[in-house]
Amino acid sequence: MLQETNVKPIEKVVVRFAGDSGDGMQLAGNIFSNISAEIGDEISTFPDYPAEIRAPQGSLSGVSGYQVSVGKGVHTPGDEADVLVAMNPAALKTNLRYLKRDGIIVCDGDSFTAANLRKAEYKTDDPVKELGIDPRRIMLVPMATLLKGTLADSGLDQKAIMKSKNMLALGVICWLFDRPLESVLKKLHNKFAKKPAVYEANAKVLQAGWDYGHNTHSSMPVYRIDTAQSTPGTYTDVTGNTATAWGLILASEKSGRPLFLGSYPITPATDILHELAKRKDLGVKAVQMEDEIAGICSAIGASYAGHLAVTSTSGPGLALKSEGIGLAVMAELPLVVIDVQRGGPSTGLPTKTEQTDLLQALYGRNGESPVCVVSAVSPTDCFHMAFEAARIAMEHMTPVILLTDAYIANGSSAWRIPEPGDYPEIHPHLLSAERLEQGWLPYDRDENTKARYWALPGMPGAMHRVGGLEKDYKTSVISTNDANHALMVETRREKIARIADDIPEMKPMLDADADTILLGWGGTYGHLLTAATELNAAGKRLAFWQFRYINPLPKNTIETLRRYKRIIVAELNTGMFADYLQMHLPGQEILRINKIEGQPFLVKEIVDGVTKFMED
Amino acid sequence: MENKTYQASDFKNSQNARWCPGCGDHAILNVLHKAMAELGIAPHDTAVISGIGCSSRLPYYMNTYGMHTIHGRAAAIATGLKTANPRMTVWQISGDGDGLAIGGNHFIHAVRRNVNINMLILNNKIYGLTKGQYSPTSDRGTISKSSPYGTVEDPFIPAELCFGARGNFFARSFDMALDVTREVMVAAARHEGASVVEVLQNCVIFNDGIHRYFADKENRADHTILLRHGEKMLFGANKEKGLVQEGFGLKAVTIGQDGYTIDDVLVHDAHCRENFLQQQLAMMDGHELPLALGVIRDYDAPVYDQEVERQTNEIHAKKGYTGLRDMIMRTHETWEIH
Repeated sequence: MLQETNVKPIEKVVVRFAGDSGDGMQLAGNIFSNISAEIGDEISTFPDYPAEIRAPQGSLSGVSGYQVSVGKGVHTPGDEADVLVAMNPAALKTNLRYLKRDGIIVCDGDSFTAANLRKAEYKTDDPVKELGIDPRRIMLVPMATLLKGTLADSGLDQKAIMKSKNMLALGVICWLFDRPLESVLKKLHNKFAKKPAVYEANAKVLQAGWDYGHNTHSSMPVYRIDTAQSTPGTYTDVTGNTATAWGLILASEKSGRPLFLGSYPITPATDILHELAKRKDLGVKAVQMEDEIAGICSAIGASYAGHLAVTSTSGPGLALKSEGIGLAVMAELPLVVIDVQRGGPSTGLPTKTEQTDLLQALYGRNGESPVCVVSAVSPTDCFHMAFEAARIAMEHMTPVILLTDAYIANGSSAWRIPEPGDYPEIHPHLLSAERLEQGWLPYDRDENTKARYWALPGMPGAMHRVGGLEKDYKTSVISTNDANHALMVETRREKIARIADDIPEMKPMLDADADTILLGWGGTYGHLLTAATELNAAGKRLAFWQFRYINPLPKNTIETLRRYKRIIVAELNTGMFADYLQMHLPGQEILRINKIEGQPFLVKEIVDGVTKFMED
Repeated sequence: MENKTYQASDFKNSQNARWCPGCGDHAILNVLHKAMAELGIAPHDTAVISGIGCSSRLPYYMNTYGMHTIHGRAAAIATGLKTANPRMTVWQISGDGDGLAIGGNHFIHAVRRNVNINMLILNNKIYGLTKGQYSPTSDRGTISKSSPYGTVEDPFIPAELCFGARGNFFARSFDMALDVTREVMVAAARHEGASVVEVLQNCVIFNDGIHRYFADKENRADHTILLRHGEKMLFGANKEKGLVQEGFGLKAVTIGQDGYTIDDVLVHDAHCRENFLQQQLAMMDGHELPLALGVIRDYDAPVYDQEVERQTNEIHAKKGYTGLRDMIMRTHETWEIH
């Protein structure tokens, strides 16, 4: 069967788990990536799931996938899988296109029933032949048969027995990649701590999967994956959405301002609400409001009350929140707005990824309404940038929009839990008793940052009114004066521009002195970095930089980019960041690589695109 | 909250109110200053949140914390402020358009949640700031700039909406009834939970006289009834009339006529859980039955902002995590890399 597969020590490996959404593929993939991380691998995961919650079992539309990459130099879940685990004929059919040409398939042979083949719309009764799969590359594991044999005496009913099918597949995969079963057992033990019978069954099945691989294919070498050298510390694995929630919690701890989330469920941002709702155990107030508008408005009320106030959403919700953001701009209140981007316009592709909200974030409001816009580049970077968004909001008294996307929000990575002292204190721009005594007005400003002071309700003597109407620069009473309006517009613009003094400069990576630079922003970092690294390794001189800070741009952006003859921007839209950059770089040609398919880039697409431009 | 003595002037700032001369808002503003003084809650512990519209300018004339926000959203912003800091006394000022049209969703949900805010709906049954369009409380047939041939839709009755949203406090007054207005404002603030106060008011420019049938001096006694908890439901110039129950409905009778005695007249119960009779009282419109003023319902139920705080504090204390890192280390699978 697999004897001729040329299996060797490799730097990284990609495994794709595919099955019905009830098959537990995400759990199997998640355990596999975690035990790999524990022995020092870098990990990256990507769930690819349908918008329907429970599509019909065995149908093509009901297949969900979970792709995992582990090893050294892992920045993406991988373009194509080395191994595909397919739990039924539908999963095999829909996921085959994600497998490398010489990849291996582990498939449930018992699932090839007439009913399943019909549901998956096969024309013949031989899926392997019909799909043109080399029979030597597929392991047809009789999963149902093995399960029944293993658990015959367990006392579990048929349904419960079949539920452990994912652990059988995981056992086979652990054998294939030489992963220790002990750490899997430890995880299962934790997960089923209150259900010892279920634990016992899963443990037996896991071992049965391993044994099956070992006994039937013992002549075959297994993969040995190189491990990476990570920074010493304590690690856990996080998704981007969880990391976002945690970054906000740390910002609350570092600023002394209690955390408030006003939100409304929306795919793919809802997990931020879920996580913060759980974190009542850390004193977080997370409230689910009646709609997106109430989500941001409750946050604005909480911000006025002195909380680190946050609202989380995705594209359509950001559209609904526009007027609220405008109010926070006018009232000059700190506010973090998280937009987990998905495919648009309108309802679009709720579960798929895209970078198409950039211009909405920058400009999607009435009037001259500048806000700070930042983005996160990876699941773990969501932690850092959520912290940054909160820091900027509270120190500069402005709304900050944090753009993440479905890909990094749902993807996960091993993450080093910050040690105390890794992150700086945040200094909210609060009104002090001393300043109040010296005579304070609500729109008095810090000379350097132009930030006004945050006066918290409950403070005697600081009663003040804010609102959406234009105010006098000095007295803060309503003003329609022409010169005053011009001054206030300019001041609000300048306040955002000066944030550039408070963020890191850009520092091109890889071959910084090359003539060509590849640029990206947000969640495409892993793919772009991998592509740029590959190109340099192939002798193509290329600098690379991924922008996190978008408005304002890092202070040295223009002078740095003027050094390059060729600027290439790759992004998952039709060229929004390239257009934005073009405004700042008049006369400079900006080349573009764009993708708008609701899926992340493939590394190959970037490599090919850059190569083509470099050959021109 | 302290019990220092305050004057109405402590809640008033130096800005001149810019409403039209004769607008009911002037009177309501003055009464609110007095109600706040009577409550004795410090200006710095008080916040007034409004949306957009004539009446929503009100926070600019207060010496308290305040926000003049965006159209329809005052209830949501007030909810956020109050939930973040339950120690603030929070008032929401909205007109009938701001509160019940564009802000209708937030209105019903704030009431349903029972967040402890005092929601004043200043109802003049017209859009004033945009110069005279019908509102969601305009009577069927109202002629306005956007309904030159009369509206062909039925209005909301704010009380009915409040009861429909399972409201636990509803009171009503009108702009010229200064004492009643003050009384219901104070009762609203003292009630814990969402308190809806409808103040019917006149718009001298676009809807002048809309309330005259009950509000004019000569009509008041016979067309309104002031309800007080525990008191007989009597009205008329000499309190010679009363409300009695007949079948499933209410009936106005004259005591001593048709065999009705004072013993037949209902006694108001604002505090009972069942709201059926309270709702019937609130629906009386001042024509066949007198318009009910005063506190119609005042029932204690769990308060949202207090419950959020209680739950958060309890869980926080029970788990006892020292911070984010501690929580992660104690609840998530972790591993060491050396």
